[in-house]
Amino acid sequence: MSAEPRTPLSESSSGAAVVPAAALVQLQRGTPRYDATAYRRKAYWNAPTMTWWERAYLPEILRGLSITTGIFLRNLTRWMTGKKGAITTYYPEERRVDYAPRNRGKHILTQRPDGTPQCIACNMCATVCPAKVIEIEAGFDAKDPAHPKYPVRFEIDYSRCVFCGLCIEACPEDAIRMEPDVPNLASTDRFDMWLTMDDMLTWNPRQDVAKPYPPKGGAPIARGDVSSTP
Amino acid sequence: MLPDLLVAVMFIVASVVGLMSIGGLLTWVERKQAAVMSDRIGANRAYIRLPFTNIKLVWLGLFHGMADGLKMLFKEDWKPRTYDQLTYTLAPYVVFTPVLLVFAVIPFGGMLDPGQLIPALAPFFGGRTYPMQIADLDPGLLIVFAFSGLTVLGTMLAGWSSDNKFSLLGGLRAGSQMISYELVMGLTVMGLILIFGTVQLRGMVQHQSGMIWGVLPAWGIFYQPLAAVLFLTAAIAENKRIPFDLPEAEAELVSGYFTEYSGMKMGLFMFAEFVEIAIIGALFTTLFLGGYNLPYMSDAGFTLPGGHVVAMGHGVVVLTQVLVFLLKVAVLCVVQIQIRWSLPRFRYDQMLKFAWKLLLPVSLANLSVTAVLVWLQQRGTA
Repeated sequence: MSAEPRTPLSESSSGAAVVPAAALVQLQRGTPRYDATAYRRKAYWNAPTMTWWERAYLPEILRGLSITTGIFLRNLTRWMTGKKGAITTYYPEERRVDYAPRNRGKHILTQRPDGTPQCIACNMCATVCPAKVIEIEAGFDAKDPAHPKYPVRFEIDYSRCVFCGLCIEACPEDAIRMEPDVPNLASTDRFDMWLTMDDMLTWNPRQDVAKPYPPKGGAPIARGDVSSTP
Repeated sequence: MLPDLLVAVMFIVASVVGLMSIGGLLTWVERKQAAVMSDRIGANRAYIRLPFTNIKLVWLGLFHGMADGLKMLFKEDWKPRTYDQLTYTLAPYVVFTPVLLVFAVIPFGGMLDPGQLIPALAPFFGGRTYPMQIADLDPGLLIVFAFSGLTVLGTMLAGWSSDNKFSLLGGLRAGSQMISYELVMGLTVMGLILIFGTVQLRGMVQHQSGMIWGVLPAWGIFYQPLAAVLFLTAAIAENKRIPFDLPEAEAELVSGYFTEYSGMKMGLFMFAEFVEIAIIGALFTTLFLGGYNLPYMSDAGFTLPGGHVVAMGHGVVVLTQVLVFLLKVAVLCVVQIQIRWSLPRFRYDQMLKFAWKLLLPVSLANLSVTAVLVWLQQRGTA
């Protein structure tokens, strides 16, 4: 362990004995220790390298202001000529057109060919739902032995729904699906954010490849003893 | 005596009401302008429903300012548990009052002759004319600096009395920043004082009514272009707005010296800022943009080059002058808001370096060059 303090070469005034004579001569001559123009170390990795014009500050500030002012005037003229000068979508008055085709934001209940919901009120979806947002009230229909249970009330609380899609996977009847849409939920009251069965019976089977309507092959619409679900 | 009092009260009421409404309007202008220049729509939801109908007046979101004001009025006046009660309560008023007082010496129009305006009142006023200004004081510019310097006190008081580290830091920053830029502001205006030979603001405005070489209007900005830029910079820094909003830098200091304020007390700090935008606009207009003057315009009407004279009645002249003044102020307010939404914030050391190492030497150089030129000119004429 050497406790001897190290004297910096250039800064010591009284420590002439420590400084080698050759180095002293070099210092007195004023020879630079390295070529400063060849290698200038940056203060930090992205230290700014600005030209004098940029360092003059005011021209660059004016350039920036001209950019923002240009955008401001462009948007203002658009607004004043009746066009839309913003890329904002006016939810809920406007609906975005660029929802992804795979967006699954809204539930629908599929229907049998006669328009009744395909749901048999088995409560599988309500059981599997991690957010516990599905409420089903089952009814009994003695006239339809194939589907004696049917939903009287089928409601989803969208203020709590997490859109995980587990209800769709749990459904044994393919009665609930999600479609690329968003429910219109802009409200100041959380009890307005429930979607009832009427809101979800919007399935348009004509456009459904999986379940064409009327069924292909011209098979008669099965009711009564035979299940209409394949 | 009575007519003088009447006119004075009228001017005071008009100025205070005008300033308040401009301040309120500027909150809307700021939100809307920022929205438009960043491809957004901006505030547009608040509405007033006509009673007994379903007609909702939105008016481009103009009522958002009113909604904000109401919200602040009805908010709980929350106070920190350990605070200096007297200074804490006093601080918002100390910030807000001087801002309004500055406007007292700023002329917003030429001479008003009420007897000529309304002939029925001519005997009552007896041919007296009044400068359109609350107080036409001889030390006009000095009063402006005296009062605008007082706002430093308010911010420091707010910072100290809140008993909060962020507030204290904000107050200290506000103090050093405003004192630094106050100096620059004073030095930039010195050049104008040398040229116009007066500190009385009405005198300065009257000096700017002519033309230089028959081409340029004799506005201060053409005599002192550099000083105009420096003045605007220093004034924005004085107002503590971006890029100089270090005292309330929300990324570092929550909201700086008024972190612990709530409700209308916080609203007063915000509102003082917006009124000060208008005051800076008025001051810049008075000093550098010829106040209420238009090129070729005098109290009798327009005298265009080529000998065309467009005579105007006294009422039209007064109205034109006030409107011209308001228009210039409005343009400057928009410019300030544009700057606020375009530039990034300085770092604190950069901000102080900017004041002491760049603005101060440049304004000193500007002042000395102006002094030499004025001296040369006076020696040439004498």
